[in-house]
Amino acid sequence: MGRITLDKVSKRFGDVEVIPPLDLTIEDGDFTVFVGPSGCGKSTLLRLIAGLEDTSGGQIRIDSQDATHVPPAKRGLAMVFQSYALYPHMSVRKNIAFPMKMAGVSEDEQNRRIDAAAKALNLTDYLDRRPGQLSGGQRQRVAIGRAIVREPAAFLFDEPLSNLDAALRVGMRLEISELHKRLRTTMIYVTHDQVEAMTMADKIVVLRAGHIEQVGSPLELYRAPRNTFVAGFIGSPKMNLIDGPEAARHGAHTIGIRPEHIDVVEENGTWQGTVGVAEHLGSDTFFHIHNTGLAETLTVRALGEVTLSHGDAIHLSPRAELIHKFDAQGLRIE
Amino acid sequence: MATQSSRSAARLMMAPAVILLLGWMLVPLVMTLLFSFKKYLPLRGGDLGWVGFENYVRFVTSSAFWPSVSATLIIVGGVLIITVGLGVLLAILLNQPMWGQGIVRILVISPFFVMPTVSALVWKNMFMDPVNGLFAHIWKFFGAAPIEWLSQASMQSIILIVSWQWLPFATLILLTAIQSLDREQLEAAEMDGAAPLQRFGYVTLPHLGRAITVVVLIQTIFLLGIFAEIFVTTQGSFGTRTLTYLIYQRVLESQNVGLGSAGGVYAIILANIIAIFLMRMVGKNLDQ
Amino acid sequence: MARAVTSRRKIINTAAAWTVGLLIFFPILWTILTSFKTEATAIADPPVFIGFDWTLENYATVLERSDYARFLWNSIIIAGGSTILGILVAVPAAWSMAFVPSKRTKDILLWMLSTKMLPAVGVLYPIYLIFIKLGLLDSRTGLVIVLMLMNLPIIVWMLYTYFREIPGEILEAARMDGASLKEEILYVLTPMAVPGIASTLLLNFILAWNEAFWTLNLTAAKAAPLTAFIASYSSPEGLFYAKLSAASTMAIVPILILGWFSQKQLVSGLTFGAVK
Ligand SMILES: Nc1ncnc2c1ncn2[C@@H]1O[C@H](COP(=O)(O)OP(=O)(O)OP(=O)(O)O)[C@@H](O)[C@H]1O
Ligand SMILES: [Mg+2]
Repeated sequence: MGRITLDKVSKRFGDVEVIPPLDLTIEDGDFTVFVGPSGCGKSTLLRLIAGLEDTSGGQIRIDSQDATHVPPAKRGLAMVFQSYALYPHMSVRKNIAFPMKMAGVSEDEQNRRIDAAAKALNLTDYLDRRPGQLSGGQRQRVAIGRAIVREPAAFLFDEPLSNLDAALRVGMRLEISELHKRLRTTMIYVTHDQVEAMTMADKIVVLRAGHIEQVGSPLELYRAPRNTFVAGFIGSPKMNLIDGPEAARHGAHTIGIRPEHIDVVEENGTWQGTVGVAEHLGSDTFFHIHNTGLAETLTVRALGEVTLSHGDAIHLSPRAELIHKFDAQGLRIE
Repeated sequence: MATQSSRSAARLMMAPAVILLLGWMLVPLVMTLLFSFKKYLPLRGGDLGWVGFENYVRFVTSSAFWPSVSATLIIVGGVLIITVGLGVLLAILLNQPMWGQGIVRILVISPFFVMPTVSALVWKNMFMDPVNGLFAHIWKFFGAAPIEWLSQASMQSIILIVSWQWLPFATLILLTAIQSLDREQLEAAEMDGAAPLQRFGYVTLPHLGRAITVVVLIQTIFLLGIFAEIFVTTQGSFGTRTLTYLIYQRVLESQNVGLGSAGGVYAIILANIIAIFLMRMVGKNLDQ
Repeated sequence: MARAVTSRRKIINTAAAWTVGLLIFFPILWTILTSFKTEATAIADPPVFIGFDWTLENYATVLERSDYARFLWNSIIIAGGSTILGILVAVPAAWSMAFVPSKRTKDILLWMLSTKMLPAVGVLYPIYLIFIKLGLLDSRTGLVIVLMLMNLPIIVWMLYTYFREIPGEILEAARMDGASLKEEILYVLTPMAVPGIASTLLLNFILAWNEAFWTLNLTAAKAAPLTAFIASYSSPEGLFYAKLSAASTMAIVPILILGWFSQKQLVSGLTFGAVK
């Protein structure tokens, strides 16, 4: 079980209100991702849930029990830190055993769970090593192992992959997703990498300056961002946002169109411009286009290898049904 | 990472240290203050009642007061200059590639382990003795008349002894600091066309700033209270009577606790002036 | 990547460093050598370095004259006791300062350090009276307490600088793993800080061993440590160089050897967080 409810939870550091009163429910078994720009309060929110910080107001409930003033050890949650926070003086085995030792689990049971976790995480050969003798990915797995054996009500991850290189990050992303599929335990995952958010989440919570901007499944956020902030934050490359007469023509203050929803045409495009930088990725090509009279640059994604280069004129036509419209406050117009 | 409970735990865990030090500071301080306003002669009648500021006036107006303050400052200042100056040079030398660096380090650090009473005795008798001391032998070998170190050059002698004891400390801290200097910084400066001396002035020395601060702070704390070195060598004669030693004489030798206590209060004030000055400097430097 | 150092430069460096090192070490070496001479050779002019008849008679005389073992034992008890007691008081305090810092932390730290600047002599008589009242005069317990208080600020500061290097996340992980505060300090912080605690222990043991104000003024016969043992040789009757050297050697050798073996630890501790 692991249903976590935040009820008007707020947090201030001295005079600075980092999290204004906020409501959020995380359903049992969900994989919830907190995303947002750096400094928006993701870690703070996670640490409030963990009990590593006191709330300044409101109530945190875990499985309907008031946990607001319960110390971290008693909340039944496990946390994986960005730095892994392994105990450097203990072997991998001892690291994984530590929470069970604290909980007074019997030796036999400890060994059983350690072996199971080690097998699941490919750590069997490393159990007697110290964390210092492991690679980044292995350390990450030990940290996860230490969390699993407690059989917690929920897992909390704070940017667990940000210290890994790109290739390892993709691998670990899959492993964590698989772990979730297997355990079906509630997971809360903090990241500022929106690819991680899109690929892993059942539910994404987009935060800005401590406010929740939108909550929804990855595709809901992709299809119907509630405002220009979410529109710009979710999706890669970023959605093009266009103000001015072109937006007015659509009856909006701002319109948004994703790079993959603009087609490159031979002639008679709705929009014209000149190609700036062209990034050829093989599978597709990103064009950064200038002189459109719409915005500083327009990003366009074309499938496959398109042979246009710097300075060439280009014709574009957006798919009208996929244009997002926003009002003067930046809110979505349906 | 602070929750209410960890903050209160922190306060609780800090309490023993704070309370002990507060007691250690306040109880004797208050007693010293009380005595300083009394005529108090333990061997000649004990507590003879309140006398107001008489002790304070007598202590400052005694001909020994100002010389003792200046002796204190000269010894502290002299030792600081010598140990920091030589310490920097020695640290640079020890940082060069050489054979047997480990052994040289052990040789250099050794004086730090010698208790002050021993080093004072050894220097006084075996080196500075005008008849049988090693220096006297050397002077005679070169046909010079041996110097009576502890009377003719008393301050220099004391400063020499104390500097010898503290040089290892300064050297090792500065050496560690130099070793922590990023080589690439020096190489960048070299690429920018800085000559060796400029590299030292613009890169190495600023890098040593923090270490020098700590050397000065720690040494000052210990040097203000040097006692054994003077107790064993000159007993405060020949201009080497520091404030500490003067008070010691008033309290223990003349058994005048009132007067000595007034002196103690002056010493505390002097220490505080220096402390405020130092703490400013350290506080800034420790912020990183 | 290091540039090739010409061997000529290395030779010059080596010669210079060894010369300076031996010069600095010479007083100690000379003392040890003299302790094996007869009194006559000890003051011979010109001085003799190695080519003399080595003798142990000075050590025999010194051991006969005073109860070296008792002084040594007192030194060990006083230095060891005050250091261990100090660490026990300082670990929790340093934990608080390093991991739950507040606006006042730095002030408290500097205040603690400033208590070390209070001139001991200024409070000698009050302490003397208190000691008489409590029956602590000339007792090891009394000196253990005084030296512990003397060194407490240094111990707290050193431990604080070590603890600050330990990432707080690891302690938070322990907390999440269900460790109580006691378990967190016992099982996670202390083992991680072992090198720091060891060098703090060593440095303060040495400082306490060499402390020569309180040990000289608060002891008589019973609790006197080696500082008092050696001070007794400053009287005219002690003015025999060979015997003085023997006594000095006996007073400093234990700590010298300890210092040499723990040199690496000690140096890292000595920097008081100044480096890095
Ligand atoms: N202990 C603290 N004291 C004061 N302010 C803090 C403290 N911890 C965090 N803050 C502030 O709270 C805000 C949110 O911080 P938080 O660490 O939650 O951001 P984040 O979203 O996790 O950022 P990042 O993606 O960079 O990790 C920041 O502005 C930060 O400066
Ligand atoms: Mg964060």
